[in-house]
Amino acid sequence: MQDMLKVQDLWVSVDSRQVLKGVNFSMKFGETHTLFGPNGAGKTSFMMTVMGFPKYRVEQGKIYFKGEDITAKDIHERAQLGLGISFQRPPTVRGVTLRKIIEIISGNGSHEEAISENVKTLNLSGHLDRGLNDGFSGGEMKRSELLQLMVQKPDMVLIDEPESGVDIENIALVGEAINALLGKARVKDPSRGALIITHTGYILDYVNADKGYIIIDGNFVCGGNPRDILSEIKKHGYRRCIECR
Amino acid sequence: MPINTNYLSGLKIKAEKAMEKKAALGPDIDISRYTQSGERRRVESLEDLSHQMKEAAVMAGMNIKEELRSGSYMQVDRSVVYESLNKAYEGQLEIMNITDALEKYDWLEDYYWKALPVDHDKYTAQVELNLTHGYFIRVFPHQKPQFPVQSCLLVAENHISQNVHNMIIVEEGAELQVITGCTLAEEEAEGVHLGVSEFYVKKGGKLFFTMIHNWAENFHVRPRTGAIIEEEGSLVNNYVMLKPVKSIQAFPVAYLKGDMASAKFNTVVYGLRDSYVDLGAKIILEGENTRGESIARTIAADESVIYARGDLVAKTKGYCLAHLDCRGIVFSKKAKIFAIPELVSEGAVKAELSHEASIGPIAEEQVEYLMSRGISREDAVSAITTGFLNLDIPYIPDFLDKNIKEVIKATAEDAL
Repeated sequence: MQDMLKVQDLWVSVDSRQVLKGVNFSMKFGETHTLFGPNGAGKTSFMMTVMGFPKYRVEQGKIYFKGEDITAKDIHERAQLGLGISFQRPPTVRGVTLRKIIEIISGNGSHEEAISENVKTLNLSGHLDRGLNDGFSGGEMKRSELLQLMVQKPDMVLIDEPESGVDIENIALVGEAINALLGKARVKDPSRGALIITHTGYILDYVNADKGYIIIDGNFVCGGNPRDILSEIKKHGYRRCIECR
Repeated sequence: MPINTNYLSGLKIKAEKAMEKKAALGPDIDISRYTQSGERRRVESLEDLSHQMKEAAVMAGMNIKEELRSGSYMQVDRSVVYESLNKAYEGQLEIMNITDALEKYDWLEDYYWKALPVDHDKYTAQVELNLTHGYFIRVFPHQKPQFPVQSCLLVAENHISQNVHNMIIVEEGAELQVITGCTLAEEEAEGVHLGVSEFYVKKGGKLFFTMIHNWAENFHVRPRTGAIIEEEGSLVNNYVMLKPVKSIQAFPVAYLKGDMASAKFNTVVYGLRDSYVDLGAKIILEGENTRGESIARTIAADESVIYARGDLVAKTKGYCLAHLDCRGIVFSKKAKIFAIPELVSEGAVKAELSHEASIGPIAEEQVEYLMSRGISREDAVSAITTGFLNLDIPYIPDFLDKNIKEVIKATAEDAL
């Protein structure tokens, strides 16, 4: 089966600082992978590079999405091809309301019923007429990110720390929303994939991940069952990973 | 009974002495270059206006069918061509031109040139000495017409000076919304518009005033506005200008005379081509527990120069609260914005005055965020800029929103 995302020998720098050092990575259609690693290891840099943020300068290597070389494409083109991202800390855009962005993404009012259902489920009715992320709590930001992605319907979604800043009560809501987004609420959808960064692993109680990876110092060092990896990290931290490189 | 002629003579003497008095701000205009136009006939309905005039009036916020309006006033050059009050609102308010009002009410001596001095500068003097009408709108005590009054001051001829004196009186406990559009029938027209406006908001009254200016590259504009707000009265003054102008300079002043009076100014300016724009608002807090706010959103594109001013002056012995919020975006390397906030407390020991002023580019981070949702860079910039300028002014037609987007699309390429 063709890879949904394939990254070959990816070297990336931010302001002359090397953040990714020859990353090789691939995932099949319909798979959900998780990414673990200590702070500053390169997890977010990897996601932002795949999405095409220009601050993350690709010095070497290639990124293929659904078989197409997207290395030189801009963010908007990658999103149009079916990539989506949920930010860990999205920026505040005061003048653009959540309602407005949803209208723009959906092409001005299509699928209104489904959207209003999602707004209700994600408990965001009171936020529609507020500026994007303006005064939103951590949980509200995550729910707003997922709502936008539900309207965008990407084939592959990059989710950066969906549980950070979210209280325990809302993690279930976020987890269910991710499952709905991936079309995995009932039957596994072979067309939707996800790459999720998680620090705590709480999200694994709700989202069924196929594979986990650890990234250390700008490179993927090992992969395997995400629950096993998490349990290892919980026991020993990342010390062993660093030693076994 | 007409206004006292001695009072008018006194004003004229003062005005004559000020005919050479240059304004403190803005480039000086040689008003002797401009003449007066001939008289025009009245029309039975706004539909009877020429296609060109209707189009210009619509773009300045007029509803030609007069739907959702309590009344209309239309002036072309020096001529009042249309005055109308929706029958449903008879007994609630009156609309006429200022010349008729001065003939009708002697008590206007208490209002005429009382909110700003006739000898303020040569432009106020010119308005008094060569008056070409202006509107008079008065809403009677405790009346609250549901829909706004609309007015349009249109310039159709070339090389003329339109010198209007407008007055709005909101009587005790009354509420009124007014949308005024000032515009040109022909974009190439050269000329000057001098507009004196006096607003009086009585005890507990509310005035919601919106002005849309659509000028062009060869046109000078010098509005002069004074507002007096009594106890528990409030003024909301919205100003929108999205088209080029040769030069405009205005610094409206609101005097919060009564306790618990309030004033809010919202200013949205999009500087285009080589427009010279010098706009601001001054709020003088004289009563106790008064509140003032002035919000300005400016974008300078092309080679435009924008001065965004704001003055808060506290004079009350009691508490007062006022804030200036002035933000600008410079779209072009040849454009300039000067944000000039000023806070003054004249022995007002309990006054709380504050300001925030900022000039900065559109945040790249915000543009990229929207792009990650599949929105093109151009559309992302447009959405952010439109949002920046959007102050949620009610009763402003949808086309203004569309107009903003079109202007932004045409000029935003230099923005990033």
